[in-house]
Amino acid sequence: MALLKGTLDVLVLKTLSWGPMHGFEITAWLEQRSNGRLDVTDAALIQALHRLEARGLLSAEWGESKNGRRARYYKLTADGKAHLRTESAALIDYVHALTTVLSTRSVHE
Amino acid sequence: MSDQSSARAGGVRDGVRRLFRIPPHTPALAAAEASDELRAFLDDRVEHLIARGMSPEAASAEALRRLGSPLGDAREQLRDSAVARERTVRKRQWFEELAQDLRFAVRTLRRDRIFTVSAIAIIALGLGASATVFSVADALLVRPLPFRDPDQLVWMANGTESGMTDQTSQVNHLQALHVQDRLFADVAGYFAFYGIGDASLVRNGDAIRLSSVPVTQNFFPMLGVQPVLGRSFTREESASDTTNAVMLSYTLWQHEFASDPTIVGKSITLNNAPQTVVGVLPSTFDFGSVFAPGTRIDLFVPFPLTEAKDRQGNTLALIGRLKPGATMAAAAAELAALAPGITAAHPDRNAFTPHISTLRTHVVGQIHSALVMLAFAVGTVMLIVCANLSNLLLVRATARRKEMAIRAALGAGRRRLVRQMLTESVLLSAAGAAMGLMLTLLGTRAIARLQTVNLPLLSDVHVDALSFAFIVCLALLAGLVFGMAPALQLSEFAVHDALKTSGRGSTDSKRGRWMRTALVVSEIALACVLLVGSGLLIRSFLKLLDVDLGFRPDMVTAIRIDPDQDVFASQARFVAYVNEALRLTKALPGVQAAAIADGLPLGRNRTWAVRAQGVSYKEGQNPVAYIRLATDGIVSAMGMQLIAGRDIEATDDWSSERVVMINETAAHRLWPGQDAIGKIAMIDTARRVVGVVRDVRHLSLDQVSGLEVYIPYRQIRDYPTVDLIVRSALPAAPLAKSIRTALAPIAPNVALNEVQTLGQIVDRSVSPRRFFTMLLGAFAAFALALALFGIYGVISYTVAHQQQEIGVRMALGASQGIVQRQILRDTLELAIVGIVLGTGASWIVARLLRSQLFGVSSTDPATFIAMIAVVTGVALVSGYLPARRASRIDPCVSFRSG
Repeated sequence: MALLKGTLDVLVLKTLSWGPMHGFEITAWLEQRSNGRLDVTDAALIQALHRLEARGLLSAEWGESKNGRRARYYKLTADGKAHLRTESAALIDYVHALTTVLSTRSVHE
Repeated sequence: MSDQSSARAGGVRDGVRRLFRIPPHTPALAAAEASDELRAFLDDRVEHLIARGMSPEAASAEALRRLGSPLGDAREQLRDSAVARERTVRKRQWFEELAQDLRFAVRTLRRDRIFTVSAIAIIALGLGASATVFSVADALLVRPLPFRDPDQLVWMANGTESGMTDQTSQVNHLQALHVQDRLFADVAGYFAFYGIGDASLVRNGDAIRLSSVPVTQNFFPMLGVQPVLGRSFTREESASDTTNAVMLSYTLWQHEFASDPTIVGKSITLNNAPQTVVGVLPSTFDFGSVFAPGTRIDLFVPFPLTEAKDRQGNTLALIGRLKPGATMAAAAAELAALAPGITAAHPDRNAFTPHISTLRTHVVGQIHSALVMLAFAVGTVMLIVCANLSNLLLVRATARRKEMAIRAALGAGRRRLVRQMLTESVLLSAAGAAMGLMLTLLGTRAIARLQTVNLPLLSDVHVDALSFAFIVCLALLAGLVFGMAPALQLSEFAVHDALKTSGRGSTDSKRGRWMRTALVVSEIALACVLLVGSGLLIRSFLKLLDVDLGFRPDMVTAIRIDPDQDVFASQARFVAYVNEALRLTKALPGVQAAAIADGLPLGRNRTWAVRAQGVSYKEGQNPVAYIRLATDGIVSAMGMQLIAGRDIEATDDWSSERVVMINETAAHRLWPGQDAIGKIAMIDTARRVVGVVRDVRHLSLDQVSGLEVYIPYRQIRDYPTVDLIVRSALPAAPLAKSIRTALAPIAPNVALNEVQTLGQIVDRSVSPRRFFTMLLGAFAAFALALALFGIYGVISYTVAHQQQEIGVRMALGASQGIVQRQILRDTLELAIVGIVLGTGASWIVARLLRSQLFGVSSTDPATFIAMIAVVTGVALVSGYLPARRASRIDPCVSFRSG
């Protein structure tokens, strides 16, 4: 399932609302939660992380991962949290509206 | 703090990172990290897949597939996005810090309201003064003259003298130049004795006198001045004296004709004769402001280049336009080569000895040095302002040592603290600049409206983009300069020292005290220089007002009463007119004396060659005299001093012997060592000298007069204008009204706007000097006030810091008087060092002022002594208040508070 524009950012922010993670942890979390239905390439994800950091929604620090590797950990900033709240609410509204319209049974069906 | 050692989750917190100023990564580092991040990601992915049961090879392939693009491309993209990210983060951080600094600065400045208000006021005054002077210099020296390609315009003086009469040329000179010269694109001229052509305009029964300037046909086209309505004069209109075309100045068109858009082609009545308006000049063209500062020109009429005009002698002021590429030197050489031929072509006429200068030099040349002086003066004021603010900030910085130390201990770097201090000072100067800009707007507007000041281009003074840029740059620079001292001082304190010591006296470092003292001393020294400069100018001005004018301007009113042209044309009618005008005026109550002359002192002038009968002079040494026409009563009306012989009398007319009254200089020059009375002078004709008067300052107050001859009005036909001069204790306006009523039977159209008192005329002639003197005086007063403020600040600060010491001394028996004297002595020491330095500097600077001085030497002891007295007095006053406060210190209180 290809993602609608802008939704990847919200998903990443949502993921990080569970706590700081490095790039692969985020991907793994998203794949697990969506049962592999989300189609995001790894390069696009890391770029999204850089973009969000540049916008001040994320901050990053190097740290050590569980398997002893050096990894870049991302976490939400205050701005990021606020952004997640407003954007996810808007997205949920949008999806509700879509669902309502598309799931209405028509007489011809 | 290394990357590896930082804690896993969160790492360094944002705030901490900011506080400690951990720098964002460099682009190279960011790119390398992006590669590391990608590798770690892929490793994690492969490991994850293998854990799910894939073979290592298949896992690697799958990991690369999931990447979405070839590994090299992906790496490049990530490196780019990482670099972009670092740049953005860095920028954001910078702005965040700036906002933080600004917020903090506003908060601290608000807390210290007295400091903030006085600092802003000082900056505003300093910047306002500087920018106003800059705007004046900009209008006069920088901005191009309001003509097309003004750099090509050349002023062509006939001779090297400064009087207008010596600069003018004859019509045949101009005609010869039109034919012969090759380097000038064109040469035009205007009639330099234009006051003579004044006309009275009658509208709705009321007469107003208008000044008109006759100009050659090519005058406006050559300057590149396009009429806003209508056109310039045609060749036909400029061919003869009988033309009736006029052009209006924009102001006249606006005020007298209500900006009538259909004015062109209409007829207006000037001197009772109809004239046709052919054009209206643009508002940007102000003849007076360029060529005749302090005068208003309303009309322009054609000046025909005819034989009759040529016979009038040197009447034209010439302006040439160089061809593109022609240089001044080449043009001067060409003119020098042509001039002897032009002179030789008419041996009976005046010689042509052209001297050229750029038009700008001609217009502003004389006040150039005065402007440079003002520029230096405001520069000095600005330095004092900076010194004063440095000091204020230094005192504040010392008071804030602990705050700074705590911030440093919490991890704020020195750079960050310096930046914070500079933010504060730049914020102060920005607020000062905003106020200063308002002052500048007010100041320039006031100056542009100074119509009575005899300086060119003043009406052009306004704040333009350049002066705006100037004030912004100066404010920024000043903010950095005065913020620098306290910021530098930061470098010198050690954190633990400041935290450790809590006593009041001990934290004041030696270097800080030294810096503050040095600043105050230099303030005093600079103020001394300004005081001496303005003192010398004020003394010059007073000396100038004290000059023996040769006449007494008080209680003298002059009114222009030119009769109609037909009266002018007839000798008999003119004499009758003069007699009747004098009779009617003298009959008025309150009139002590009255006379008629062809001009007023300090106005226009004309010269003729004169000689003593029977004496021949060497070539080029012929005496030249200023010609004045006058009637009986001129000596008593003007308040001149008769040295020998008699005044002109009413009986000196066509039927009696031709006589003349001369001035002292003329008597000495024409008959050295002899009594001039009874001798014959050859002027227009042979005239017997009947009286000798003291010299009258006719040119300007600071210039001695040359030879002057007073010819009886009734014995000559060459009378250009008629000025009625009346001595009376009555105020000018009612006097003019009653004269007008009295003269109504013979002169119904006397214009009341042409009434002047001789006092006003004298005022106007000294107005440039007064203008510069007052400005410099204001700067000096401001500088003195700042110095007072500075001394007061430093002494009170010292007293505040020595409270305990003073308390101890008083407890040990020192009396209030001893304490006070000690502090006053400290103040005086400071002042004396400043005065000694300032006197030395003034001595040098005053020599540069010499060209501005009149009747005062640059080392004038009175000025220097007065300056020293004033500065010492100011120092004592500013030291007295803190001294008194110190002597009231209660030892017990001072111990407890320590």
